[in-house]
Amino acid sequence: MSATSGEKLLDVRGLTVRFPTSDGVVQAVSDVSYSLSRGETLGVVGESGSGKSVSNLAVMGLLNRQRTAISGEVDFLGRNLLTLPAAELRKIRGKDIAMVFQDPFACLHPMYRVGWQIAEAVLAHADVGKAKAWERAVELLDHVGIPNAKSRARDYPHQFSGGMRQRAMIAMALVHNPAILICDEPTTALDVTVQAQIIELIEEVKREFNIGVVLVTHDLGVIAETANSVMVMYAGRIMEYGPAKQIFEHPQHPYTWGLLDSMPSVERRLAALVPIEGSPPSLLAPPNGCPFHPRCRYRFEPCPVERPPLDAPVPEAHLDACHLSWEEKVKHGAERSITRLGDAA
Amino acid sequence: MSAPDNLVEVEHLTKRFQVKQGVFARGKAEVHAVEDVSFTVRRGETLGIVGESGCGKSTTARLITRLLQPTSGTIRFDGQDISSMSQRRLRPLRREMQMIFQDPYSSLNPRKTVGQIVGAPFAIHGQKRGKLRVQELLETVGLSPEHYNRYPHEFSGGQRQRIGVARALALSPKLIICDEPVSALDVSIQAQILNLLRNLQRDFNLTYVFISHDLSVIRQISDRIAVMYLGRILEIGDSESIYEQPKHPYTGALLSAVPRASTGHRARIVLSGDVPSPVAPPVACVFHPRCPRFHAGHCDVETPELRELGPGHEAACHYPLERWPMTDDEIRQAEGATRADRPHLEGAAHE
Repeated sequence: MSATSGEKLLDVRGLTVRFPTSDGVVQAVSDVSYSLSRGETLGVVGESGSGKSVSNLAVMGLLNRQRTAISGEVDFLGRNLLTLPAAELRKIRGKDIAMVFQDPFACLHPMYRVGWQIAEAVLAHADVGKAKAWERAVELLDHVGIPNAKSRARDYPHQFSGGMRQRAMIAMALVHNPAILICDEPTTALDVTVQAQIIELIEEVKREFNIGVVLVTHDLGVIAETANSVMVMYAGRIMEYGPAKQIFEHPQHPYTWGLLDSMPSVERRLAALVPIEGSPPSLLAPPNGCPFHPRCRYRFEPCPVERPPLDAPVPEAHLDACHLSWEEKVKHGAERSITRLGDAA
Repeated sequence: MSAPDNLVEVEHLTKRFQVKQGVFARGKAEVHAVEDVSFTVRRGETLGIVGESGCGKSTTARLITRLLQPTSGTIRFDGQDISSMSQRRLRPLRREMQMIFQDPYSSLNPRKTVGQIVGAPFAIHGQKRGKLRVQELLETVGLSPEHYNRYPHEFSGGQRQRIGVARALALSPKLIICDEPVSALDVSIQAQILNLLRNLQRDFNLTYVFISHDLSVIRQISDRIAVMYLGRILEIGDSESIYEQPKHPYTGALLSAVPRASTGHRARIVLSGDVPSPVAPPVACVFHPRCPRFHAGHCDVETPELRELGPGHEAACHYPLERWPMTDDEIRQAEGATRADRPHLEGAAHE
């Protein structure tokens, strides 16, 4: 596989996912566009129900096409994954685009040896013998830091700890040197010290194999430490999208401010936590205009009426979907830190 | 011995659970859930208990409220020894200690209305308090009195947690044990509940024991903090002191493992391996197999006791951290540390 860093791997344009249910149509993802390059980690943040997982399932072609209305374009190295026949898609999924899920215990079959489950993934896309596949499994387990990989490959999942299971899942994702690794809350089920190990492993794998990583999480800390670019989602839409450094140092959207300000810090006891009042909207009937307007403390006349487009307010800024003028954003952004940090700021 | 400013005093508390092991469950083993734990909770303060899964923090909470019977040790609540008190005699004391649980979905009976749930404590303790008092409680926790006749499924996670808080407040308790009360909530809602708990503490002079695995949450809410690992307290002290000057290498590793939303690089101690099984905890210092400052012949032989290493700050370690922050290398370079000779950790460490 040619591996020039910066090569565009994935180009998602106007992705929209609708689930028709007996209660109405769930507008899970609406008009989401982003891209991913080789060597890039794209962090996707948002609270439960923001559409961050569904958008990735759609990219992977893991949503039932009969029961879901998906539109838009998912361009993977020149091919639109959304219109590809199932058989063609199967050749890409798990091979060129691999996925790591939140709960590694639920993803491993309890009655097969860990090594065999990885070997099976090898056999799914390569014409090799079982012995060869087993060898590859052991090699990968060793690679992701399982001690005594040769004998541990013969273990069953329950003999692995949570962190080791997640390592095994990462090994399984790597069997065919994928171009893209999608990680959906890979560390949420793990303890903080193990979480640190897994995050380092994902970073290592990215550098070593020169792949693109999509990291979905609700933990802004994890994103800040690993992502190159960040996409903030709310109610199925992108609220803010840009380079990670900019998003964390100069966030532009009131929702991102709200997220950052409601987070307690391990570095200091904050003068005040500033929660976002209210709760996220139902996706059966998301609010008109800006989906965040009912909870936004800066809303004004156009917000409930007109949906703000995702664009850069000034050329040097990154993309956001908000009606506030650039001057107002700069002003409110400066005021935030004072409430949060108190006089110390 | 009981100081009037201490609401809870726990001494040498131990809880072991019998488990069956092996083919046909013939073998017997013991899970050392809580081992020789001593601490106090002062009136009006928040004691945070932090640790990874399986460290015994929830068991400790259930022992304090006597939802579990301790294997040994004493628990004094408001001056009375409750460690072996009968359920009948405990009952009046139960009014004064309440719990808030992690999962607001499973801790509320789906077939009862909010009014019945929040009013239940009155009924159980034979107090006649009407609808008005319940509605007052609902308002105190930020719900509306009209919610009285609704069912839990009509509420969001954050609102359900408010119902749980109202139920805990009903009998005007002195102590509230919060067991991971915000772990199941989204971050914007989590802040709402943390602010609510803080305001209630101020208004009703409550004492909290606050259990969490989230170090940021613990820092925000606690006055003092106990760090637990494999059933033992490794470090206890004032919150600021623990976060600014951690003494135990485990606390250092925990703090450095937390991902931070502020940018900029820093040293990180990545612990190798996983938490050992509490069925067969390591001998002597329970942290020694993972500790970067391990000294062979000392840490695996002699159990370190909690000792005072700063004002109101105790740690159980033979080779505490001299300062903070330290880089990974500096920590490993503790004089005479023998970690490098331990081959079984190779491959598990990612640096």
